[in-house]
Amino acid sequence: AVPQKKDPFPGQAPIPVERVKKFVRGDVDKVDALSAWIGQYTLLMVESAWLDTDIWFDILFSLLQYFNLNLSQFGPYRLDYSRAGRHLLLGGRRGHVSCIEWQSKALISEINVMEAVNDVKWLHNEAMFAVAQKKWLYVYDSKGVELHCIRKFNDVLRMEFLPYHFLLATASSSGFLQYLDVSVGKEVTAIGTKMGRLGVMTQNPHNAVIHLGHPNGTVSLWSPNQKEALVKMLCHRGAVRSLTVDKTGMYMVTSGLDRKLKVYDLRAFKPLQSYFLPAGAACLSLSQRGLLCASMGDVVQVYRDVWGTSVKKPYMAHRVRGAVAGLAFCPFEDVLGVGHAEGFTSMIVPGAGEANFDGMALNPYASLRQRQEWEVKTLLEKVQPDLIGLDPSMLGTVDRATWQQKHQERVQALGFDPLAHEKFKPRRRKKGRSSSGAVEKRKRKVAHEDQRVKKDKYYFH
Amino acid sequence: WGGSSLVGNTLAYEQEDPGSNPTYYHSPLSCSEGKGYLMVHTLVNFHIFPLSHRKKLTERSEASTQVSEFSVNAEGEGEKVKLSDLLGKMEKTPKNLNKTKKQLKDLEKKSDTLELPLSRQEKEKIQREVAYVKTSTEVSRWESVVTQNRNAEQLVFPLIQEPSGPKRIEQVVSGWKAQTPLEQEIFSLLHCNLQPTHDPVLTPVEEASLKAMSLEEAKIRRAELQKARALQSYYEAKAKRERKIKSKKYHKVQSKAKRKEFLKKFEDLCKTDPQAALEEFKKMELLRMEERMSLKHQNSGKWAKSKVIMGKYDLVARKAMQEQLEMNKDLTQKLVVPSEDEEQEQEEPKALPDFVNDPEPVGDPANPWMRGQLSAEALGPEVSHEVERPTEQFPERKEEEEEEEPENEEEALLREFEQKRRLRQSEDKGFEPVVSEEQEVDEAENREAEEELSEKGEKDDEDGLAEFKNLFNRLVEPVILETGEEQGDEGLEEGLVRIHSLDDTELLANDHEASLVEPVPSDTSNMEASACPPSKNSKKVKVIDPSEVLTKQAKVIKVPHAPMMVEDEEVRNEQTTIIKEAFAGDDVVSDFLKDKRKLEEDSMPKVVDLTLPGWGEWGGVGLKPSRFKRRKFRIKPAPLPPRKDQKLPAVIISEKRNAALAAHQVCQLPFPFTKPEQFERTICSPVGNTWNTHNVMRKLTAPKVVTQMGAIIEPIAKDDFIKDKNPSKPQPNLQLTKDSSLAKTAPPGHKRRKK
Repeated sequence: AVPQKKDPFPGQAPIPVERVKKFVRGDVDKVDALSAWIGQYTLLMVESAWLDTDIWFDILFSLLQYFNLNLSQFGPYRLDYSRAGRHLLLGGRRGHVSCIEWQSKALISEINVMEAVNDVKWLHNEAMFAVAQKKWLYVYDSKGVELHCIRKFNDVLRMEFLPYHFLLATASSSGFLQYLDVSVGKEVTAIGTKMGRLGVMTQNPHNAVIHLGHPNGTVSLWSPNQKEALVKMLCHRGAVRSLTVDKTGMYMVTSGLDRKLKVYDLRAFKPLQSYFLPAGAACLSLSQRGLLCASMGDVVQVYRDVWGTSVKKPYMAHRVRGAVAGLAFCPFEDVLGVGHAEGFTSMIVPGAGEANFDGMALNPYASLRQRQEWEVKTLLEKVQPDLIGLDPSMLGTVDRATWQQKHQERVQALGFDPLAHEKFKPRRRKKGRSSSGAVEKRKRKVAHEDQRVKKDKYYFH
Repeated sequence: WGGSSLVGNTLAYEQEDPGSNPTYYHSPLSCSEGKGYLMVHTLVNFHIFPLSHRKKLTERSEASTQVSEFSVNAEGEGEKVKLSDLLGKMEKTPKNLNKTKKQLKDLEKKSDTLELPLSRQEKEKIQREVAYVKTSTEVSRWESVVTQNRNAEQLVFPLIQEPSGPKRIEQVVSGWKAQTPLEQEIFSLLHCNLQPTHDPVLTPVEEASLKAMSLEEAKIRRAELQKARALQSYYEAKAKRERKIKSKKYHKVQSKAKRKEFLKKFEDLCKTDPQAALEEFKKMELLRMEERMSLKHQNSGKWAKSKVIMGKYDLVARKAMQEQLEMNKDLTQKLVVPSEDEEQEQEEPKALPDFVNDPEPVGDPANPWMRGQLSAEALGPEVSHEVERPTEQFPERKEEEEEEEPENEEEALLREFEQKRRLRQSEDKGFEPVVSEEQEVDEAENREAEEELSEKGEKDDEDGLAEFKNLFNRLVEPVILETGEEQGDEGLEEGLVRIHSLDDTELLANDHEASLVEPVPSDTSNMEASACPPSKNSKKVKVIDPSEVLTKQAKVIKVPHAPMMVEDEEVRNEQTTIIKEAFAGDDVVSDFLKDKRKLEEDSMPKVVDLTLPGWGEWGGVGLKPSRFKRRKFRIKPAPLPPRKDQKLPAVIISEKRNAALAAHQVCQLPFPFTKPEQFERTICSPVGNTWNTHNVMRKLTAPKVVTQMGAIIEPIAKDDFIKDKNPSKPQPNLQLTKDSSLAKTAPPGHKRRKK
């Protein structure tokens, strides 16, 4: 009977637009790019009422991921995706270097270095990249401004960036493997490998060890702490043409002039699989989910699960317009970038990228602020080059050699071993009471004392 | 000098009179310090004061007839003191003077002297020792606190902290009075009910009840009970033991003592309560009569003894004895009259049915779980019990029968499942797969039978039958298997396992064939090749054929697109030359092997030859030191641990230690660890927020010491760690009198602690 007042503001309170904006992670550029496409396809969309609009968007997005860049002038292209997978760096053999935000197809910068370009590599973020040119190593920013010319690094053929150590590893034609600390701009080490021209290089993402392939069919593993190779493996009868290591650091795939493709278990350094490719693979790359792509001339082939069961035929194959010079899977996307003589092709490879990214580690959708935060954080958590080794967990172990030496010194100084475990010696008894059984019994009586923590040892250690 | 003896005297005198003024006491040490003073002092005391309080105080007297009690005056100057007066006094001397005289004499006689006082050094040593013991005990009290603090994960200073949050008004405001009538009324009400306003929220009554239930009380009570029980058991044990003693003398003595005691009591009773005594007496009489009556008429009495002696010669006496013995027999014979109780007992078991003794009578009829007969199935013999158990024995359950029927069905279902499960289990064990036809027929029959039975719904019968069949099957199965196998294959002795495996393999093979319609021969060969080559080679390390290692059977991959590129002629030529170079020979391989061998040789420890040619024998050109010498002076170093790449012919693994890493590694174990493994296990779990949730990270990286800003951190005091002896210290309660002001309640923790 009580007259109910009518709520003047029914339902939930509306959220302020400003606040909503704060949380919006949508890509404006992407949507802009899409709008053009949608203009073309609206008619189709309207006609096909049986498809949900969401699905249409998905289809369109994936369609957007396939594209060709027709760059026939500046010859075979090397490429590199940034770690988050948003940016693409292309380096043409004849000097053309360009940064592209490939998803929105936005060209960030484009320069011609007027020199032969051997390799291009992003540094820790999208702001800087390194270009190995004919003579020296150069560092540019994303706008294409030359930041550094590093004269210490000459005749670089291949580069790898170790993101957790902020190290740029370069392999030169003179046989030198050099490490550049990009956070301080200093050379960490230069190792003369004495293995000739170093044209094949990759890194093990698990332990930041550099793998080099050599003309004599060997693959050598390097860390900046040792002047000699950590491991040398004889993999091929001919020269090694290309090699790649998977994300977990467990498997290495190599291809050689003997037209073989081999899969190695890096934990045991044993071959797992060996395949014969009619034309041999010139470039290799492994995706985050373990798909292997190999290029033979102008054909790119993708294989699934090369180290598990033996593969008989490729998962995908695609012919590009020119001879392939660079291959790279885009992180967190089902996309394979192919740099070739006639430009660049971005092809779709279903199941290649990791669908779940760790936003704290690498966030493809990071805002500017987040990227800035991330840079500071990663710099603070920079790993020292000293810690690079075959086993990354070695840091957590006690240095036994030094420990033993120190312990010995201590023993000498004290005149006894403070950690020695004096074994219980039962007294010799007569009249047959020292039979082995009786002795055992007596030992067992005091056996529990070993399990207790010795108080004095505990304190005066 | 004689001082020492005097001191001794005083001491002796002290001992005699403990009641005397304690100020006289001096320790031997102090005596030695001021000997002269003491002597005078004691002597004066000796004469001035009486020896004990009991003795009457004698007045101090001057040698004059008239003595003022206030002061010595010269009033009686004229009166001269006569000698007789003095003598008179002498006669009246009290007894204790004699005593002292005696003591003095004794002293003179005493020849042994007291020990010399200790030297200063020795004295100080003793003092130090005592002080050490005292202080060490004092300090050792802190030990536990120190270790506790040392091991604590986190220390928060100041140690005693004020409770956070808002304080009660009583703590802040002091001297507040209930002024308004309302307040006064409320307070009076509270006061009437003894309701505390704050901290102890409980009323005194509640507190008391809580106290009654307190743990300590319960513990005490329990201890008491325990003790009582123990005492009882001791007593019982004692009584039992005493009862078992066979010594007649002991029992005689015991009974005699008892009797005596009883008599004593009786006499007492006579005096105090004659009526009760009379009744007691009557009881005693009765007892005696009974005893007399039941006396064994044997040959132990006086009369009987005499008769025994006489019996030798006297026939009458012998007869009398005879009679006496017969009488004894009659008297001592036990009557075997069946009592009524016994008869009843004999009848009872007949009246009660058997199931009374069954361990599981009808449970709670409402509880379906209690009625379940499924569990009974497991016990073989009980099944028959159940079968026999007719429903008449449970007339009261008849009414529930109808309700039970659906449940029975369910149970039957359940049982079926159980059966199936069992069958399956037996299959798993390997009986099933080789069922011969007979067996199958048998089983089919069984199943049919079972089904029929289940249809009938006679669950108990079915149950029993099924059980039986199951058992039977299990017994029969192996037999059948064996016989069947013997028929089939006589050579195989142990049937079960082998047959099973054979069959299985066959099956597997079939399966394989079925699955692989298109056999791939090259594939299998590859598999084999890939499985073993390194291990094969590892056996003959020195003679490895590296080509084998490298030419691992490679699988040919069919490529859909053949490379269509028309490469430049030059490039092709280059490539061909490169390939030619590469395949020129086994150069690559042999080089690699050479490298490896060289490395191995380099890393091998060298043999040191310390022979000196010409030492102890002839030396010169063409002369070699003898073989014995060479062997003796050649030092062989201990072999190195095996190389990591020992079994990998195509791999060289560097054996160098990572010195750069060693700088970052821990080489000395930190405090609580005793073994490197322990430390490694602890350190391998990451601490940072990259790897942990925020809360966990905060917990892991909590600082060891936390201080409050602005708070004064006092050094730790004794009160902080030595707990009060009565922890239930009553908290200052508010006195709820009408007019009393609130007790002053200073906030705790503010007073400065004493050190």
